[in-house]
Amino acid sequence: MISDIFLLYFEFFKIGLFTIGGGLAAIPFINELSITYPTWITSEDISNMIAISQSTPGPLGVNMATFTGFKVAGVIGGIVASIALASPAFIIIMIVSKYLKHFNDKWYVKDAMYGIKSVVLALIIFAVSKIFIYTLFNIDFSIKYLELSLYLLFLILYKFIKIHPLYFIFAGALTGILFKLPT
Amino acid sequence: MNNNKVPLSSLFISFFSVGAITFGGGYAMLPFLESEICDKKKWINSNELFDFYAIGQCTPGVIAINVATYIGYNKRGVLGAIFASIGVIAPSIIIITIISSLFINFQNNEYVISAISGIKVVVCAIMSHTIYKLIKKSIVDKTTFVLFLLALLLIFVFSINIIILILSSIVIGIIVKKVKRNLNYDK
Repeated sequence: MISDIFLLYFEFFKIGLFTIGGGLAAIPFINELSITYPTWITSEDISNMIAISQSTPGPLGVNMATFTGFKVAGVIGGIVASIALASPAFIIIMIVSKYLKHFNDKWYVKDAMYGIKSVVLALIIFAVSKIFIYTLFNIDFSIKYLELSLYLLFLILYKFIKIHPLYFIFAGALTGILFKLPT
Repeated sequence: MNNNKVPLSSLFISFFSVGAITFGGGYAMLPFLESEICDKKKWINSNELFDFYAIGQCTPGVIAINVATYIGYNKRGVLGAIFASIGVIAPSIIIITIISSLFINFQNNEYVISAISGIKVVVCAIMSHTIYKLIKKSIVDKTTFVLFLLALLLIFVFSINIIILILSSIVIGIIVKKVKRNLNYDK
């Protein structure tokens, strides 16, 4: 149990350090956790985690850290994982705080970002592709037609109706209950 | 930035309230941060906040925590940074812990299962939209397109280690830009 907590801190510190540009970028790392530590979290948990993290307040990354930590080691686990995720940013920002104003204009920062962005995009696509497959296809890869049609419908609505995403989350929950969607 | 002593408790409360009312984090948090820390508390002005968002895109970590640490540190040093960043993550910890413990009891309830399945479908739609926006922002020329395809291949087919991939993309970005500059392709 104690060793789990140390491992949680170490793993989420690492995730915090390499998550650049927002919470979605943490998903590939959490996917990797499910492979390294199969007892911690499963692929099924990850898609539940994303659904829950998107539909509750707070930064996505922190929500996912709390969720995973809680699964591994209860309340303490949730706290440790979230603080671990925040630690690298906390340390780095304090160190570079004085130079931050011009950090963005430095040529090496711009050049590094040029390379990182497209690679992180590929990582995000890889991570969410699993969630898409679980949500829209059955285990034998046959299409879940009802889910797929609802997905396309929400995709179009989301593109054209500019309201808070939370309303869509509510609509999704109601639609799920209405159509009695299975797992 | 005015440096009148800001109470630690008000750093905590302000960031706690932002953490508790924003859904989605990142950009969704911007308007709430603006109204709380720029308009109401006047800790920094909107322009500084927007600059900070740009910086948050290229420094590691969750943007909300970066902003909280930065403001907390500037106002009250290390203690300020701690109070502000704990403030911004506390609502998540409390809410997710409660929901996760309820979820363990309710995960076999048919309504909860259906609601979560419905939410997953919506989340897929929202993520598609976000990814589309990311594609437009990240793939800006032939080089980034090739890098993107190469990364996809390495991840999907060869299951390359994520950290190695990110670190090498930094090196490649810097080298490619340098070569391009030397050959006068840009600037």
